[in-house]
Amino acid sequence: MVTFYDKEVASHFLLGTAQYPSPQILSEAAKAGEVDILTVSLRRETAGGQQAGQKFWELIQNLGVHVLPNTAGCHSARDAILTAKMARDLFKTNWIKLEVIGNSDTLQPDLFQLVVAAEELCADGFEVFPYMTDDLVLAERLLEVGCKVLMPWCAPIGSAAGPLNLTALRTLRSYFPDTPLVVDAGLGRPSHATTVMELGYDAVLLNTAVAKAGDPVAMARAFKHAIEAGREGYLAGMLEPRDFATPSTPLIGQAVFS
Amino acid sequence: MNLTVNGEEKAVSAATLADLLPELEFEGDWLATAVNSELIAADGREAFQLSEGDKVEILAPMQGG
Repeated sequence: MVTFYDKEVASHFLLGTAQYPSPQILSEAAKAGEVDILTVSLRRETAGGQQAGQKFWELIQNLGVHVLPNTAGCHSARDAILTAKMARDLFKTNWIKLEVIGNSDTLQPDLFQLVVAAEELCADGFEVFPYMTDDLVLAERLLEVGCKVLMPWCAPIGSAAGPLNLTALRTLRSYFPDTPLVVDAGLGRPSHATTVMELGYDAVLLNTAVAKAGDPVAMARAFKHAIEAGREGYLAGMLEPRDFATPSTPLIGQAVFS
Repeated sequence: MNLTVNGEEKAVSAATLADLLPELEFEGDWLATAVNSELIAADGREAFQLSEGDKVEILAPMQGG
């Protein structure tokens, strides 16, 4: 179980809804991954009664999950704040995955605008999930302005590079033991998810690694197992690496042949 | 009256935001609206009087990561 702003969910797997081969495959992947939270976005609706938004929204509602709207594509605090307000009006949730992009090539968040937006949104009653880098001081600022969840990237969005800076991720975990931490962005393989969950992270948020896999449904299932394995391993208490061998078979009672 | 709706110029007869949506064939309760960069909540559309040159954004749920 993990708690995000007083909502308790069973799954440690948050899933994005973009880039799937079809809506049906998205739906099956969400079920296979046993996710409780799906991210969604807002875009201009097409006039003329095509209602693509309605069909997508019905699909999501039928899955019976929590919805985490994002502010993807916003490049300023002002745009992100307005998008968040529109998302709250439509989706009827105070949750917002706050993205303020600072660089179009790396999709690195604009850390300064992110804090400005987070402060205003938290003061306005939003429950902010900030998409951030793994910077410790940024994390402190976000918590100071009212965020109660942190979502550091581990590599650029969609890169599938896996965790590039385990030390930084470990530092965040050790500084904020009571704050839900979610690795958002950059994971490519199930083993990447296991690695960050073994650090004690509370959850991972995936999209591209599942949606663009050869078989997104099977990949969602694989990530589910990987996330659970990492979580259980962390909770079970893992050994620290050693430089020398330690015999696993007891030496007492061993026969002496010469 | 001339408006900019989702980035496109439109000549419309609607006086309120609530009337604008069906006139442009935007239907349903899954839409979010803003005028001139201010949220106009769903329950405020009927009272919202449009003005010449208003910039209207009409958004809907979409796939996102």
